[in-house]
Amino acid sequence: MTSFRALFYWLTPWIYVPTMFISPLFQILLFAYIGRSAGLESDKFYLIGNALQYASIPCLFAMSQAIGGERYQNTLSAILVSPAPRIPLFFGRSLPVVLNGAFVAAVALLTGSLVLGVHLPTSSLAPLLLVVLIAALSCTGLGLVNAALSLRIRENAVLSNVIFGFLLIFTGANVPLDSLPGWMSTAAQGMPFTHAIEAARQLADGASLGDVADLLGAELLVGAIYGIAGYALLRWFETLSRRHASLERS
Amino acid sequence: MRSLRFVFVSWKLQFKMIMRSPFDGIGNVIYPLFFATTAFFVFRAGSSPRTLIYASLGAAVMGMWSSVSTSAGSAMQRERWWGTLELLVAAPRHFSLILFPSTLGLATVGIYNLTATLLWGRFAFGIPLTIEHPLLFGFSVVGTVLAFAGLGLLFAVSFVRFRAAWVLGNFFEYPVWLICGFLVPLSLLPDWVRPISWVLAPTWGMNAIRESALGGTPLPDLLLCLGLGAVYVAFAVLVTNRVLYDARARGSLSLT
Repeated sequence: MTSFRALFYWLTPWIYVPTMFISPLFQILLFAYIGRSAGLESDKFYLIGNALQYASIPCLFAMSQAIGGERYQNTLSAILVSPAPRIPLFFGRSLPVVLNGAFVAAVALLTGSLVLGVHLPTSSLAPLLLVVLIAALSCTGLGLVNAALSLRIRENAVLSNVIFGFLLIFTGANVPLDSLPGWMSTAAQGMPFTHAIEAARQLADGASLGDVADLLGAELLVGAIYGIAGYALLRWFETLSRRHASLERS
Repeated sequence: MRSLRFVFVSWKLQFKMIMRSPFDGIGNVIYPLFFATTAFFVFRAGSSPRTLIYASLGAAVMGMWSSVSTSAGSAMQRERWWGTLELLVAAPRHFSLILFPSTLGLATVGIYNLTATLLWGRFAFGIPLTIEHPLLFGFSVVGTVLAFAGLGLLFAVSFVRFRAAWVLGNFFEYPVWLICGFLVPLSLLPDWVRPISWVLAPTWGMNAIRESALGGTPLPDLLLCLGLGAVYVAFAVLVTNRVLYDARARGSLSLT
């Protein structure tokens, strides 16, 4: 939590409120109106897709800042030279990121439904919160990969935006998966949000949590794979940085 | 004439710097392409009679706006961070004239965005690239770039007191995409939104580009776009004078 507060510099209200509360609402409105203009799907479709997918912004940016930010504070070498076990060191930083991502998506879901007048069944609200949490967890796994890369590349903001863009297209947030080319919908199965968005849409249509358990399991699996890959990358880059004395090089 | 030469030389320098910036020169070009691609898929899968060329032109102007909105807001702050703000303010030229080439450079990158999006639509989605009035289309693009630069200048001088000016720039990206009719006809939006659209130059720039490409009458839209751009510049000059007066009075020019 200390690292999150110290390094995630978007926590100031001047950045947090526009970026985390207002921008997702406009993203939802933009695509809901594009959908109306194109005659494709309902407002509920775009509300759920974009509210969940927007969790990628806090998850990707916060995770990279919480780890890559150490480099810009010149504290990375002090941390890596310490004997602190790496799993709690890296995964501990991801816990506030998950909670923050879920909070942002939940607020977007709430405000978007109020503005668009989309009714979500009361019985679906608690399961939807669980889905939002799982989606944020899954994307934080990808965020860990992004954080590892931020130890090697200078412009992590560009990379985070590019990942956000791929998630926007591939995950079914705005385009039904069966309308995407086959290779894209196949690739989407290995990305965060794809299964969570589908689960959330089914829940909003009246399905029970048990009905979407397989989708949630798949989402958790995807997140776990990214999380492990991110951790492995971090350790690898740590070793490379020691070997090539490139730890503080930016 | 000397002012025009000054703007040209400064614009060239700013444009070179922007094109070498990973965020402005690469990120701001790639990022809108993701939205354009999503929009192409949505329109292709939808049942609306609106054609993909409609979406392609809209998405192209979205990219133009992105390049201005995300970075123009912090144009003045960047000079502050670089430590060049005091030198520029002390220069004999009016500060607005010094800052304008910076936002004009960002708007010029928008032409790159526009071209990239149209070509992406052509080669990835097979959207035809037929321009009915090429000359008027060229004028419309240049007019829109100038108006965007004017609006960017207004952003740059208005947001200077905000430490996180870049957030305000980002903040205006989605709303302008939505309410200026880039991908959504204004008739679909609530009535109260329309007057807001009318005072935004991107609305008229979009209309001019679309009319010239699809075979309409772009000149009235283009003139409105340029007129609004001139109004933004005039406002920006007034705001600049006020901001600089306050900064000198309080000794706060270099404070972040």
